[in-house]
Amino acid sequence: MSSDSGPQWRRAFCAVLVRDMRLRLRHGSDWGSPLVFFALITTLFPLATTPDPVTLARVAPGVVWVAALLAVLLSLEALFREDRDDGTLEQMMFSPVPTWWLVLAKLCAHWLMTGLPLALVAPVPGIMLALPAQGFWALSLSLALGSATLILIGAIGAALTVSVRRGGLLLSLMVLPLYIPVLIFGAGVVRLAGEGAAVAPYLAILGALLAGALALAPWACAAALRLGQDS
Amino acid sequence: MWQWIHKWGSPRVFYRFSLRVTPWLWCAAALLLGIGAVWGLAFAPPDYQQHDSFRIIYVHVPSAMLAESCFALLAVCGAIFLVWKIKLADMVARVAAPFGASMTFGALVSGAVWGIPTWGTWWVWDARLTSMLILLFLYMGVMALRYAFDRPDSGGRAAAVLALVGVVNLPIIKYSVDWWNTLHQKSSFSLTQAPSMPASMWVPLLLMMLGSYLLFAALVLTRTRHEILRRESRSRWVRALIAPDAGSSDTGV
Repeated sequence: MSSDSGPQWRRAFCAVLVRDMRLRLRHGSDWGSPLVFFALITTLFPLATTPDPVTLARVAPGVVWVAALLAVLLSLEALFREDRDDGTLEQMMFSPVPTWWLVLAKLCAHWLMTGLPLALVAPVPGIMLALPAQGFWALSLSLALGSATLILIGAIGAALTVSVRRGGLLLSLMVLPLYIPVLIFGAGVVRLAGEGAAVAPYLAILGALLAGALALAPWACAAALRLGQDS
Repeated sequence: MWQWIHKWGSPRVFYRFSLRVTPWLWCAAALLLGIGAVWGLAFAPPDYQQHDSFRIIYVHVPSAMLAESCFALLAVCGAIFLVWKIKLADMVARVAAPFGASMTFGALVSGAVWGIPTWGTWWVWDARLTSMLILLFLYMGVMALRYAFDRPDSGGRAAAVLALVGVVNLPIIKYSVDWWNTLHQKSSFSLTQAPSMPASMWVPLLLMMLGSYLLFAALVLTRTRHEILRRESRSRWVRALIAPDAGSSDTGV
């Protein structure tokens, strides 16, 4: 590695991050749809089960988390597709900066445009589902941490199915089993906070899952994208 | 070392080897499974608490072990295929996946049947059961991904990556009974300690497990041979193999 590669890496990271965020911001539906979807799914549950606040409060952590998980999953399908269709992905692989680094920049942009907004608006469905007020911060914090892990894991699936026609269903089939640990601990944080119990251990596990995914997923993503380009 | 890998990675060498050993494997598997099943189902003493219902162990434990081993095999084959691009590894992974999925299903169903007399319920959301269910979904994902691509090679590589990612589930299944307080009992069988049941109970179980592994090996070798014939059908040695007596049965097609 040459001595000036540090600034080069940083520049490339920022360039990809800014480009992706700008593209998202210009297409309002790109970042708006997952939020609307999230709100809609959480609305369906009280209608389908019961509007009784006591029952709702008990299932609220799970319902909000499942809805957020599905919203993240739906947003992932298009993660690499446009870049593949217009050749950007190929250019990224020719870059002297490793692909996993650029993938990481793309995923950061995706989290800023999907995961973070979901985490910020989550207390609103929380109120509607009668979640106890002391659970709100736990909901936002667990979703902020967890959605990053979900995006990192799901990106592997998105990279694998980028060249598959109608890969959306396949993506869910592959990724949902891997999402289960994040869902268990993420919803667990909210449930414990609602009961007034200590949430630090569960948050620590969520953080550990994020650290593990952060270390492995960009690398696996880059490998999967390269496989897709070979074929 | 490299020569050895290349020699065994060659479909032709593998085909010959497989043709030679599979009859022995089939016989040994049938023998062990036969003895194990008769001994376990008819002659082993009934459990002092569970009476005869414990005999499901002779189906449940071997299928659960194979389900996990088979996924490990998928991951190992996937790594070999991705790193050294040895096609044989992909063929093995392809034929092993449906077998592993059916074993996982078998373990779940036999566990559910066993759950009725012992726990009083078909299903509990316990860590061991849930992680096995996830394993079944992972198998399905791997198989679906393989067939989603137009070119079998891309499908094989994608399935290999997913198998490598999904292998994180194996230690979770293995240690789920130790990490969490589960309804599913802890493992009563290990390599380092004497089993906690009498020999007349665990010997048939051991036979069943060995027999299942042999059955697995025989099945994978046989099906890989068919896969080799299918994929290499244009190569000269396969044609030479089939052309002289196209109707004979020992070509395996």
